[in-house]
Amino acid sequence: MTIPFTVTETVPLSLNPLNLPYYALQTILRMFYALILSLIFSFAYASFAAKSKKAELILIPLLDILQSVPILGFLSITVTGFIALFPGSLLGVECASIFAIFTSQAWNMTFSLYQSFMSVPKELTEVATLYRLSTWRRYWRLEVPYAVPSLLWNIMMSVSGGWFFVVASEAITVSGNTILLPGIGSYIAVASRAQSIESILYAILTMLIVILLYDQLLFRPLLAWCDKFKAELTANGQLPSSWVLTMIRRARLFQFFNKLWFGLLEALDHIFQPLSLKVSDLEKDHKNIYLLMGKTVIFFFFLFFFFIFIFYGFKAYSYIFSNISLKETLHVTILGSFTLLRVVILCALASLVWVPIGVMIGLNGRLMHILQPWVQFMAAFPANLFFPIVVVIIVKYRLSTDIWLSPLMILGTQWYILFNVIGGAASIPYDFQELTKNFHVKGWLQWKKLYLPGIAPAYVTGLITAAGGSWNASIVAEYVSWGNKTLEAKGIGAYIAANTAAGDHPRILLGVMILAGFVILLNRLLWHPLYLFVTTRYRLD
Amino acid sequence: MEKELLTLNNISKWYGDSQKPALVLDHIQLSVKENDFIIILGKSGCGKSTLLRIIAGLINPNEGEVLYQGKKFTTTLPRLAMVFQSHALFPWLNVLENVELGLEALDLPPSQRRRRALEAIDLIGLDGYESAYPKELSGGMRQRVGFARALVVSPDILLLDEPFSALDVLTADNIRNDLMELWIEKRMPTKAIIMVSHNVIEAVELASRLVILNHDPGRILKEIDVSLIYPRDDAGHLFQELVDTVYTTLMKTTEPLAVLKKGEKIKVAIGMDYRLPDISIQQLQGLTDALMEPPYHGKADIFALAESENLSITDSFPLFETLELLGLAQTSQGDIELTNSGKAFCKADILERKKVFAYHLMRNIPLAKYIYHVLQENPRNRIAKEKFLRELEDRMPSDEAHKNLSIIIDWGRYAELFAYNNQTEMLSLENPEVEG
Repeated sequence: MTIPFTVTETVPLSLNPLNLPYYALQTILRMFYALILSLIFSFAYASFAAKSKKAELILIPLLDILQSVPILGFLSITVTGFIALFPGSLLGVECASIFAIFTSQAWNMTFSLYQSFMSVPKELTEVATLYRLSTWRRYWRLEVPYAVPSLLWNIMMSVSGGWFFVVASEAITVSGNTILLPGIGSYIAVASRAQSIESILYAILTMLIVILLYDQLLFRPLLAWCDKFKAELTANGQLPSSWVLTMIRRARLFQFFNKLWFGLLEALDHIFQPLSLKVSDLEKDHKNIYLLMGKTVIFFFFLFFFFIFIFYGFKAYSYIFSNISLKETLHVTILGSFTLLRVVILCALASLVWVPIGVMIGLNGRLMHILQPWVQFMAAFPANLFFPIVVVIIVKYRLSTDIWLSPLMILGTQWYILFNVIGGAASIPYDFQELTKNFHVKGWLQWKKLYLPGIAPAYVTGLITAAGGSWNASIVAEYVSWGNKTLEAKGIGAYIAANTAAGDHPRILLGVMILAGFVILLNRLLWHPLYLFVTTRYRLD
Repeated sequence: MEKELLTLNNISKWYGDSQKPALVLDHIQLSVKENDFIIILGKSGCGKSTLLRIIAGLINPNEGEVLYQGKKFTTTLPRLAMVFQSHALFPWLNVLENVELGLEALDLPPSQRRRRALEAIDLIGLDGYESAYPKELSGGMRQRVGFARALVVSPDILLLDEPFSALDVLTADNIRNDLMELWIEKRMPTKAIIMVSHNVIEAVELASRLVILNHDPGRILKEIDVSLIYPRDDAGHLFQELVDTVYTTLMKTTEPLAVLKKGEKIKVAIGMDYRLPDISIQQLQGLTDALMEPPYHGKADIFALAESENLSITDSFPLFETLELLGLAQTSQGDIELTNSGKAFCKADILERKKVFAYHLMRNIPLAKYIYHVLQENPRNRIAKEKFLRELEDRMPSDEAHKNLSIIIDWGRYAELFAYNNQTEMLSLENPEVEG
């Protein structure tokens, strides 16, 4: 089944490198919109889940499921719907792209906020109660500031991961039509079709500059700024610093804006503070009619969503199985196992390479300070920009796609392994190293007894991130094109991508559901227990 | 006769369901008058912090009521302010903003709020630190901010939750003296202070009235009026005598049941629900060795012994309690004496010591005996930790149960009565599996 749609204006994309700054700006804007959306969503969702015990029961497991759905799967499922919303314009595709980026950020951020809200130190909440802060002020003076550091860290990681998805979602083939949104991702897509390696290199360079600027102008200043929100009171030896933040803080203009900003906050506080007090008074009165009405409305709101959920779940079920035989479902599950095999082998290979290197770097303080930012940088860099280069090689030497497309899946996510291993190795206390030296423990024994257990918790964290990212990447990595040639590897990612291109909705849904099933199963049966085991057994403190 | 400020009427508090409540506070009756400096003393876990939080209105009691100037109240009152053990400052607010937070409930105009906050900062000696963040301050300075935040509301009653226990000795002394100066010279409008402490010397030094709390459940054991003139000389005879009295009262919280043969050994009857003291076996051995050797030869004054072992009275307390529980020593009139078993324990070598310890553990601590027998009756001699935990949770709050079980596991491991594998969380009779 194909959904009919037309895009009246197709913006011609030019490969002229002078257009790249404009395209980059478009890409960045998309990222921004998604980030703002994610922030609004996560604040609303997490606050609600943290404040209401009943809401928590539904919202948190739901979030867990949402987190397991592959992000590009969301894109495949929603894109036709968005296009139908805005017929005849690119706005629908634009929305779909922003939504895809949103899904790559929102769930993490929501979890982080929720966890912070739930773990505000008891004595601080007692202070708030003792000095009778209104609900409004308690939220903004205690709960939100407490959540800032981990939220910010999560935003940073999400944005890093987000570049991959913004690139992947700009050029998308739906029902046989390729739609190009102005942006770096589309530029790359056009360049691969034109088989222009030069243009691809230009795009990679542009992206490098974008991420570098983002790191220096946004990431570092924010990280340095949020240090004051950290709850632990021990002064840290090495405070994060940022030349940009220092510059901004010293500027006159900034102080002016600062005053303006605080004035605005004060005004807002003046409006909401009395309101909040009034609501608290109402809440004390259990028989109050407004309160009862509010509760009823919320109850029906939830009931409504529950029914919608059941209804669409049932509809999706019948939709899939009226179109697809059980045999195909089995086939897709087998495809999923192929992808699983790839993920496992790739993670193992990447570990073999990066664990020794990471430990070497982590144990050498100077080397670490030089290299760690670069590894972080590599993790943020959208690996799909490199895809065409790999594809060129495969085409040229007629390599087997089933094997040689696989490394693309881990191209971007392997850095998480390295990144975490470096951090883990750096945190092994020096005493232990001296101890092994003292007892002449060397070589393999030293690795077995000290380094491997020492990095285990950090390594597993990295491995989980890398594996999760690889599942996501499979949708673009198993199905790539160069010129008019399309290369496909046997796997569930290719199945989803091919059916998205063909606009076969039931099959997209089936593929995404099975992929999500794999991810959930793996999380529950392997990663979760492994993480628990490693963090309790090998914690160094 | 001073005016009555605050009355606690039959306060009881328990956790868990009402079928099998774990009683924390049992019918507490207390009245606070103007110019009272009350210090509530008790071992850790006796519910003294809970009592303070009930007074503050942070926790509601299950039974009884708190009356402020004759009126009942259930929420927090602006006329009460509290200083926390861990200062509880908001890290993202500077000193001035943290102090202003105390005025939140009064809804003052900004200029007046600022003025009062600055006054409180001056009073407590924090001048010049107004714009500093808590992170930049030392522990003592932070606690001063905690005091300023409480004093800024000009509270009638100041509640102090072990405010000095997280500080080093010199800093604590310094702040204590400053507080007493403000209090004695009436430079702050506070009419009464209620403080929680587990430090006997500190309590005798500061209080006008001592309230000694029993534990399991928390009950008022004794109220002692202290009429010594400030500043008190802690080397003085009366002072020392008072400390002795307080200490003996505290030690008595485990009541002897009956005297066995010729007073040879006092049998302390404790149940499965007894909160075991959290001590290190190493320190216990060190203490008994010191008690055995010259100059004590088996009998010592508890103060002298604690001092010579470099232990604070508070730290040595659980050690004495453990010795008494195990029947290795007995205390009376501020003295501690090793029993015959205690002497045998001292004379034994490392392995023999474990056997003596095991014997007395089985004999005197019902929980140890219970675990041992249950393990023995189990065909595989292995049982999951949760089983015992659930058993204990029927008798006490969950965190106490966890604590008690980990203490008995520690003792049992030392005594080689049973083994425990932290990975599988299994208790067993056999030796732990050796891993490669």
